[in-house]
Formats: sequence, C-alpha cells, structure tokens
Amino acid sequence: MRRRIALLALLSAFVLAPLAAGPYLLSVLVVVMYMAYLGQAWNIMMGFAGQLSLGHSLYGGLGAYVTAALFVNWGVPAVLGLPAGIAVAVAAGAVVGALGFRFGVKGVYFALLTIAFAEFTRVLFEHIPSLGGTGGLFLPVGSRDGVDLLRLRGHPLMFYYLILAMAVGAFLLCRRLLACRIGYQWLAVREDQEAAQALGINVFRAKLAAVMLSAGLTAAGGVFFAFYYNTLFPTQAFGMGRSIDIILAPIVGGLGTLFGPILGALILTPLGELITWGTEALGFKAAGLKQLCYGLSLLAIVKFLPDGVWPWLRRRIGFDPADDEEEGT
Amino acid sequence: MPVSRFPFVSRRDFLAGTAAGAAALGVGGSLRPARAAQPLKVGLLLPLSGSLAREGQSCKRGADVTPALMADLGMPVQLMIADTETNLDTARTRAEKLIADGAEVLIGAFESAQTLAVAQVCEQRGVPLVINIAAAPNITEQGFKTVFRNFPTAPRLVTEGLALMKEMFKTSGTTPSKAVFMHNNDTFGTAMAGAVGKLFPTLEMPFPIVETISYDGAARDLAVEVGKAKATGADLLILVAHGEDSIKVIREMVKQRFEPKAVVSPGSPGMYEVQFYKTLGKYADYSLTNLPWINPHTKMSQALLTAFGKAYPDALFEMNVGFTFEAILIAADAARRAGSTNPKALLDVLPTTNIADHVMIGGPIVFDAKGQNTNTRSATIQNFGGRPKVVFPAEAAEARVVFPAPGWQQRG
Amino acid sequence: MSIDLANQIVTGILTGLVYSLMALGLSVIFGVVRVVNFAHGEMTALAMYAAWALATWLDLDPLLGMPLIALVMFGCGYLLQRGLIDSFIAKPEHMQFILLVSLAIIMVNGSLLAFGPDAHGVQVSYGFDTYEMGPLLVDKVRLLAAAASLAFSLALMVFFRRSKTGKAIRACADNLVGARVIGLDVRRLYAVTFGIGTACVGAAGALLSMLIDVMPPTGPELTLLAFIIVIVGGLGSMTGALLGGVLIGVSEVLAGYFLMPSMKSMFSFAILIVVLVARPQGLLGGRK
Repeated sequence: MRRRIALLALLSAFVLAPLAAGPYLLSVLVVVMYMAYLGQAWNIMMGFAGQLSLGHSLYGGLGAYVTAALFVNWGVPAVLGLPAGIAVAVAAGAVVGALGFRFGVKGVYFALLTIAFAEFTRVLFEHIPSLGGTGGLFLPVGSRDGVDLLRLRGHPLMFYYLILAMAVGAFLLCRRLLACRIGYQWLAVREDQEAAQALGINVFRAKLAAVMLSAGLTAAGGVFFAFYYNTLFPTQAFGMGRSIDIILAPIVGGLGTLFGPILGALILTPLGELITWGTEALGFKAAGLKQLCYGLSLLAIVKFLPDGVWPWLRRRIGFDPADDEEEGT
Repeated sequence: MPVSRFPFVSRRDFLAGTAAGAAALGVGGSLRPARAAQPLKVGLLLPLSGSLAREGQSCKRGADVTPALMADLGMPVQLMIADTETNLDTARTRAEKLIADGAEVLIGAFESAQTLAVAQVCEQRGVPLVINIAAAPNITEQGFKTVFRNFPTAPRLVTEGLALMKEMFKTSGTTPSKAVFMHNNDTFGTAMAGAVGKLFPTLEMPFPIVETISYDGAARDLAVEVGKAKATGADLLILVAHGEDSIKVIREMVKQRFEPKAVVSPGSPGMYEVQFYKTLGKYADYSLTNLPWINPHTKMSQALLTAFGKAYPDALFEMNVGFTFEAILIAADAARRAGSTNPKALLDVLPTTNIADHVMIGGPIVFDAKGQNTNTRSATIQNFGGRPKVVFPAEAAEARVVFPAPGWQQRG
Repeated sequence: MSIDLANQIVTGILTGLVYSLMALGLSVIFGVVRVVNFAHGEMTALAMYAAWALATWLDLDPLLGMPLIALVMFGCGYLLQRGLIDSFIAKPEHMQFILLVSLAIIMVNGSLLAFGPDAHGVQVSYGFDTYEMGPLLVDKVRLLAAAASLAFSLALMVFFRRSKTGKAIRACADNLVGARVIGLDVRRLYAVTFGIGTACVGAAGALLSMLIDVMPPTGPELTLLAFIIVIVGGLGSMTGALLGGVLIGVSEVLAGYFLMPSMKSMFSFAILIVVLVARPQGLLGGRK
C-alpha cells in the first residue's frame, strides 16, 4: 500500500513537473526520462537475464536510422516507421544473441561481441551515402508548436509527455514480465544457467527473448532520439559513448531492480548539471573539469554503493525487500 | 606587433574613445551608437571538451578577446560561455540554460549536428542564433526564422577553393596533370567530398581527379592512405583534413617520398595551425589552403590581431577566431541598430544586417532570405617560414605564391 | 605484388608490433587478474603524454625514456591494483567495467585539463628518415620502435618463464586455489601483474609517441584496438598478442589498400566478430 502511494506520488510529480519547470528544466527532464527508459530496456537483458551488452547503441541506432530514413525519403510518418525500425533492431538482436548463445560466447567475450557489432555498424553507416554517411541524416524540423503524434512533430512538451509515457510503460511492462513465466526463467538463468537447464528451461530461448525484447524497446528509444533532435550521425547513434550512457543509469540505480534505472537517471543527469553549475559558481571555467568530477562521482558510487543506490535507499527508507515484488528473489 | 599600434583610445575617456574607435573602424560613422544601458548578453555554445575540444577552444580564444573590442565600438557585450562537450544532449540543455540565464542571442556551435540542436531551441524560444561555424547546407534549408549563418556552406567553399586553384595555375604558369583527392571521412570532410564530386565536373578544371581516398581521421597512422595516393602518380594532392590528420599526411609523404607539385586544401582546417608548423618544421612550408581568412589590411582586423596576439602570444590566428569574432560583431551590431537587447527586436533587424567593415575577406555581411551570408569569400594562404600568408586575392595578398613547391629533400 | 604494397605490408608489420606491446599488457592483466582493463588505451595515452613531456622538457629520446616510463607506470599500476581494483576482482564484470570506465573518463579529462586539447607528438631528429632496403623504403622510427617493442616483449616472456615471481604469477593464473594452498601471496602477485601490464602500456606509449600524436580522444581509440588484437591473438596468451598485433597491422593495410581506407577498422571489427564466434579463445589461446 505504502508502495502504491509512493509510486503514485512520484508519477504525479512527473506529470505536473512542466507546470513548475521552465524550458531548461524540461529539457533536462526529457533527458532523464529518456535515460530511464533506455536503462529499463537494457536492464531486461542484463539485470533480469544476466547477459552483459556493452553495445546497446546498436539497437537504438538501427531503430532511429530506419524510421528516420523512411520519414526523410518517403515521408512515412513515425508511427508507421516505428514498427519497421523495431523489426530491424529485433532482427539484429536475434543475430547477435543467436551467434553469441549458440556458440557459447560468454561473459566478457559476449560483451566484446556486442561492442564489435555496434562498432562494425557504426563504420558501416559512415559509408552509406544515402543515409548521409558521416555527413549526417537531417530530418526536416517543420513546426515546433503543434502536436502531431503520428509524425512526431511538435512542441517539446509533447516530447516530454511522450518519453514519460514510454518510461512508465517500460516500467509497467518490466513489472508484469517479472511476474510471468519468462521473468522467472530469466532470473533462474541469471542466477545459475546450468541449474536452469536442469530444471527444463530452454535457456537459449529465454536469453534470446531477453535480447530481442530489449533490442526492440531500445529501438523505440532511438526513434524518440531521432525525432527529438532531428539529426542522426553514426558516431552519435552507434558510438561507444552512447552505449555507456545507456548502461550507467541502471547500474548506478541498482541492477535488476525496477526502480534502479529511473533512480539512476534521476541521479546522473541532474548530477552532471549540478557539477556544471557548481564549478561555474565557484569560478572554475576549465573545460573538462565537469567530466572529471563526473568520473570521480561515478567512481565513488560504484566503490561505496556497489549494489546501486536503490537497494541501499530501500533499506534506509524501510521498504521491506521481502514483500518487494520487483526483486523476484 | 607592438601594442601601441592598437588604434583604440583608452577606455578612461569613454565617450571620446567610443567615437574614435567607431570612426577608426568605420562602423559607427554616420550611425550614432545607440548605446544600450546594459550590455547585450551573448550566449556562446562551443565544444570545449570532448572530441572537438581543440576547435572549440580555438573559437573560444577568439571570443575571449572580443568584448573589449566591442566595448570600444560602443557596443558592449557580455559573454556567457557554455561547453557542449561535443554531445547533442548537452548542447540542447546548455542552450536552454543560457536562455534561462538571460542570454539574448546565442552564438555557436562549431559543428553541424550540435548547431541544429541549438537552432531548434532558438526557433522555439524566439531567440536569434548566429552561427559562427558549421558548413552543412541543411541548417539553412530548414526554414528557420531565427538562424543566421556567417559561414560558407560546403559547396560554396569548394567552388571558391577550386576557382582559386585555377587562378594560381594561371599566375604561376604551371598546371598539374592529374590530382588525387584525400579527405577525412568526418562530417565536414564528407560534405566537402560531396561538393567536390558534384561541382568538379562543372568547373572545367584543367586536370582530372584520378582517385578519391577517404580515410578515418582517428586512424592511428595514415601510411596506407598516403601510399595509395602515391601509387596514383598524381602531381597534385587535394586534401580535406580535419586538423592533426594533416600532420600525419605530410609526415608520411616525406617518409614515402611522395612529392606532388603542391598539397592544396579547398577549404579545410589543419595546415595553418600552430601544431602543424611546430611538428613539421620546414616540411610545413608551401602547403596551400583556400578558405575564408582574415583580411590583414583592414583596421578592424589589425585591432583584432593585436588584441589576439597580446592575449595569446603562443597561439596563431586562425579562421575559427575570425568567424567567432564576426558572429559576436553581427549580434552586437543588431543590438546597436535595434536600440535594444530584446531578442524580438534583434530578430527584427538581423535580416537587414549590412556590415561593410569587418575582419574576414569578402563583401559586406548580409543575409539572404534563408539567413545565409552569401558574401563570404575564400582566400589562398600559403605557409612560409612557419606562418600562413595570404597569396590570393591580390588586394589582400601578403606574399607571392610559390608553385610548384620545392621537393622535401630540397628544403634547407 | 607491387612494391607499393610490399612497402605498406612492411609498415603494417612494424606498426603492428608496437601495438602488440600495448595489447600484451591487456592480455597479461586479463590472463592473471581476470580484470578486463577498459581504460587500457587511456593509460597508453597517459604514457604518451609522459614521453612527450620528457622529450620536450628534458630533451630525452622516447627510446631512452621508455624504461623510465615503464618503471613509473609499473608503480602506478601496482598502486592502482592495490588501492582500487583489488576490491573489484570478485565483483561481476559490469562493475569492473563501470569502475574502469570512470577511471577512463577521469584520465581523458584530466589530460585535457593538464595538456589542453591540442595534439602532442615527439619530434626526434631522425623523425623523417627512411632506410632504403633494396626496393623497399623502411621508416627508421617504425623500425626502431618495432625492435624496441619486440625486445621488451621477449624480456617479459623470459621473466615469466624463468624468474621465481614470474612462475608464481603463472601459477596464480593456472590454478588460483592451488596457488593459495602453497602459500603464495596472491594479492601482491596480482598487484605485480597489474603493474607489469601497465609497464607494457608505458613502454608502448613511449614508442607510440614517436609514431602518432596524442590528444585526449586518442585513448578510447586505442582501447578498442587493444581489444581487437588481444581477442584475435587469444586473451591471456603472450605470443598471441604479438601475432594479433602483426595480423591486425597487416590486415588493416590490406583493407586500406584494396578497399576504402576509411573502412579498414570495419574490417578489423569483422575479424573480431568472426574470431569471437568461431574461436573465442583466439588463434593462440589455450583450451579452457
């Protein structure tokens, strides 16, 4: 009950936030929700099924590029391009997963495989002139005032509520999944693959399902990115930096928890803004100092809260993990 | 350059100084500076860290010396500098933050993707954006009403760059027989390569391009790339670099003894930068770059060069500095003409900008209906003794062109 | 085969040998400590800055500065392992990843703050010299750097084969429980190993400073390169790293020569994918 109330309070805070927040805070909130959403998607693969993907930008980038290319070249509205983008990303996820799991590429090796695919695709897209290559794919910006959800053109507020809805949707989906058969299978695979196999779980299928689902969700996030910024560059879309951004929030927040990705995003993005503000207020203007402090903060978080902030916070505020359905363990 | 040549009167005598400065620069002449009570708040967005830190910081050096010069012109500006970290998310939030903090005009953002992200914020908020540098043609094709670009698009850079090459062949009486085209496969390089591919056949160039080699700027070294270029037997290397990759190219050319008649860039950074001279020494000489450059003979550029040399004795003046200065000049000029620093008022007068006296070579700064300055013009600069000197156009020339360049082994 | 191509292949082999030394460090650390050093390239970049500083301020040739930098980097690696990484050894891979990524962020931006965004390269007096060997043109700097790299690698192999510490380290890698049982100080040995890995990085960085210029974004590039080399050769195998370096050096030359040079890293990543799927232990990796 307490949990419900807390959740509802948090949700209403986010829904009402634009009333209080100016355009600047709104743009920060968009990034927060975007990171929370992507973190949730990545968490399915790593947090639930225990498969470390360090090249998740691959799926976001594919979704973004496919949908954007359809829109730019043939005027296909985003709502129709989205399924195509998701399909391509899911297929890519299936290829990476099938190759990795079938040939027993495990742990660090699997992580490196995901990096290799993402980097390969990055360089590949740098050599597709019809998609702009390194010159970038530019989406016609059009009106920024109306609300056109079909074509994803409109006011920043529309984008905020869209990404908020996506983040909430991903949260509810993950919650539902963990209560399902497949959710229990994932956790079993994560904890002990051989034992899971012995119990009759089709490990290969469970893991593949996690990758494909995670890829599809990430692709939808990529589509949001493309239509929000209206530019796509292979380095921005597929680069290692993007992949690292995706995984930071769930790890900092708490791997495998439902709240972790949201909390992580709520901590990290504002942390960056705060450091910028702080260093400027103290009169330091040296470029790079902000990222240096950000790196140090990250280091401190992993060193002192290795399980993530949420599990620690949960204990502090007295949520009993025992009746916390999200953990599933 | 001695400081005493600084043409401005000291700021102690403010009014007189303003008038003298304005007259010296030929800006204020008939137009009485409508001095706003408070300075114009200019938000400057640059990639000061991340992969474009080098370029961003070079722009920032130009910005740092500008407020004092603007104050002397009676157009006070207050700079608010923000770091985009070469990252789209950050560029956008920083733009919103600057506007929230009271910036009345934004300037930036060096690179096309980030510039477009910032442009969307400006369009939304009704705040003008003056682009200092960003060459992708798409930016001014979006129908934005708040975006003004004082930088040539890639096709324009290439057209002028190639025309200047023809002029050089005519003057020197030597024409190469075939060229090889190497370009960095980054955003700018691709845009330039696209323009070369499209425009080269239409410009009746006296030589063919026998091969186009695109390379990865982050590639650890460029031995294969240069080897490939050498194998074509071309006697002209057309190079579109990004920065330090031009050093790698020349270094490999020396080692592999690839000696074309010249290395010439149709408008890219690299071969006029401090690092290029420092690293390559005598091998840096005679390289040619065709790009917008400062006109060394105007009073305003003398003032800028002096101020720049004083603030950064170790840095060389480059294009980034000039265009960042001009972007601020455009904003300040608009505020003066509008008699207000209100963004709406600035937007009303920016389309009628007409600045005859500025620092870069080219006609008056004016904007077409799309917000593009069509009067930018390229010059040819050639390296002599570790410094870039203008060789074309004639009215701005500081030295005579040397073409073909002496071979690597013949340099003392 | 044309002379041009032969020239390029020689260049590829020589450059590859220098990268091998860097990758060797990664391989040693992973093979023994079981930590994947995602900040490897950034550490190399730091060593390159060190070589540049020595060359600029003390006029010290990077070839002579190499042992000094390797020694200092050994100390840094030893302390880093002892103070920070040791507590992460038993943690899951993603924690190690975040730890090293934060270290990488700190190093990249620290060097931006310290050295600025400009490229720094060492100009040795023989920087532009080439040897003519028959029809081949061999770059003097590359030849010297490759030779130094090879010498360092061989010395390291002898150390692991012959010295007591080297044998003890190998024992830890082969059988950790056994090593503990016979009373080896595993924590110290891990720190020594990490130090050796970073010493390789130090030496390689010193040599690389003569070949390429260093700027803050150089680090991440090198990290990926080191991974490709080590995986192709076999994570944990020393000769594998050497072979991997040469292979990647040559394959990049061939890809650049016959395809578009800007696509050559794509080719390397394709090799990485194939090796990971078909032979995850690498070409020379042991059975596991």
